[in-house]
Amino acid sequence: MREIIEIPANDIKPCREDVLKIQGIPPGKKPPEKVQTLFTKAMDLSLMFSQPRGIISDISIPEFEAVYHGEGLNEKRTPLDEIFTKADDLALFAVTLGERVTKKIDQLFGANEFALGNMLDSVASVGTDKVADSVENRFFNQFLKKGKINSSTGISRFSPGYCGWHMSGQKKLFDFLHPEKIGITLLDSFLMKPLKSISGVIVVGEKEIHDFEDSYPFCSECRSHSCRDRIKALFGESGPNSKKGAM
Amino acid sequence: MDILKEMSECLQQGDDEKVSALTKRAIEEKIPPKKILESGLIGGMNIIGEKYKAHEIFLPQVLLAAKAMYAGMDLLKPMFIKEGMPTLGKVVIGSVQGDLHDIGKNLVGIMLKGAGFEVIDLGNNVPPERFVETAKEEDAAVIGMSALLTTTMPAMQRTVDLLKEEGLEGRIKTIIGGAPVSKEFAQKIGANAYGYDSTNAVESVKKLVIGL
Repeated sequence: MREIIEIPANDIKPCREDVLKIQGIPPGKKPPEKVQTLFTKAMDLSLMFSQPRGIISDISIPEFEAVYHGEGLNEKRTPLDEIFTKADDLALFAVTLGERVTKKIDQLFGANEFALGNMLDSVASVGTDKVADSVENRFFNQFLKKGKINSSTGISRFSPGYCGWHMSGQKKLFDFLHPEKIGITLLDSFLMKPLKSISGVIVVGEKEIHDFEDSYPFCSECRSHSCRDRIKALFGESGPNSKKGAM
Repeated sequence: MDILKEMSECLQQGDDEKVSALTKRAIEEKIPPKKILESGLIGGMNIIGEKYKAHEIFLPQVLLAAKAMYAGMDLLKPMFIKEGMPTLGKVVIGSVQGDLHDIGKNLVGIMLKGAGFEVIDLGNNVPPERFVETAKEEDAAVIGMSALLTTTMPAMQRTVDLLKEEGLEGRIKTIIGGAPVSKEFAQKIGANAYGYDSTNAVESVKKLVIGL
């Protein structure tokens, strides 16, 4: 199954705290009024200029194995290595906010509207993540409707360029998925254009298969360690050992 | 209040309209343009830089102040046609070949201008040859390169190597930055400095150029 998904811009409104965090404003800290005004303006511009779309395709474990090993440049040992072989289902996906929002950001910088341009960039980055969340949820809900999900099922996603999966993995991912159909192209550097795009694999399987420690050699170079929040969200407040609670 | 002090304070508030009006008034009052630039505009931006470094203000406030500074600088530019705008030195910046990410590089450029440097922004997807040629033509002191992808980082090395091949490594310094870049990588490829973020990049460029 390959599906193109159009997502209303209203459905992927970024959370204010997530945007302000990228701007260096810690959660719980009230930003000055001028910054709040910038955030509101950037949200309006994002609604006006974003064209969120996604493409998703089922992929079998052997097929994904070929995609994942890509050009043979992955790290020797990665979390995904140990996860995807135990998955119940896998899907490749790509999402984008479209080119218009990137052009608007450039235009704002060109007009010396640095603060608004930078705020829109952050809104668009969080917005792109929301599009990926939306596609992920849709995939999960399909399984839910089919009765294939129970309280011990979990979902996670990985992208080339992160967690030991080399950027060059984009090539085989594009060969299989064809994100060109939603306007995403791949440059020689394996960068996607439009810039506000995300691609990767969605993994559905028993919750415990998604759990891993951030102690791989490449984890020391990671600035976000966002895997911790994702794993925490999967297992709830009580942590990975609880294995309770539905998604 | 002294007009230049008021200009600096309005700049710190990110009030571009007031900075513009005060710059006009200062010009009318025959205050030397160099003094307006250094005490009113760059002086204000230096305070903003210090406050940001001390976590007293956030990045959006720095960028609002930068817009206000540009508003004043635009009015001063025509007054420096003969002798050129006073500058701490020229810096050529760009995102390296294969990389289209602009934001980090733009922020560094804004901060460098705010600190008094002349910035030649080559945009993104800049080949090593263009960095070096431009730096030579413009007699730049520093080349600043940004990369957001591990796959584009080797282009930084090629630029540093090209400078060495042309015997320019002593005259034109290099600084690199971007999410996947590290101090260790900078040392490994022979770059002169590494900028962790935009404020750190400005401090490093100052050290490279004027030893501050």
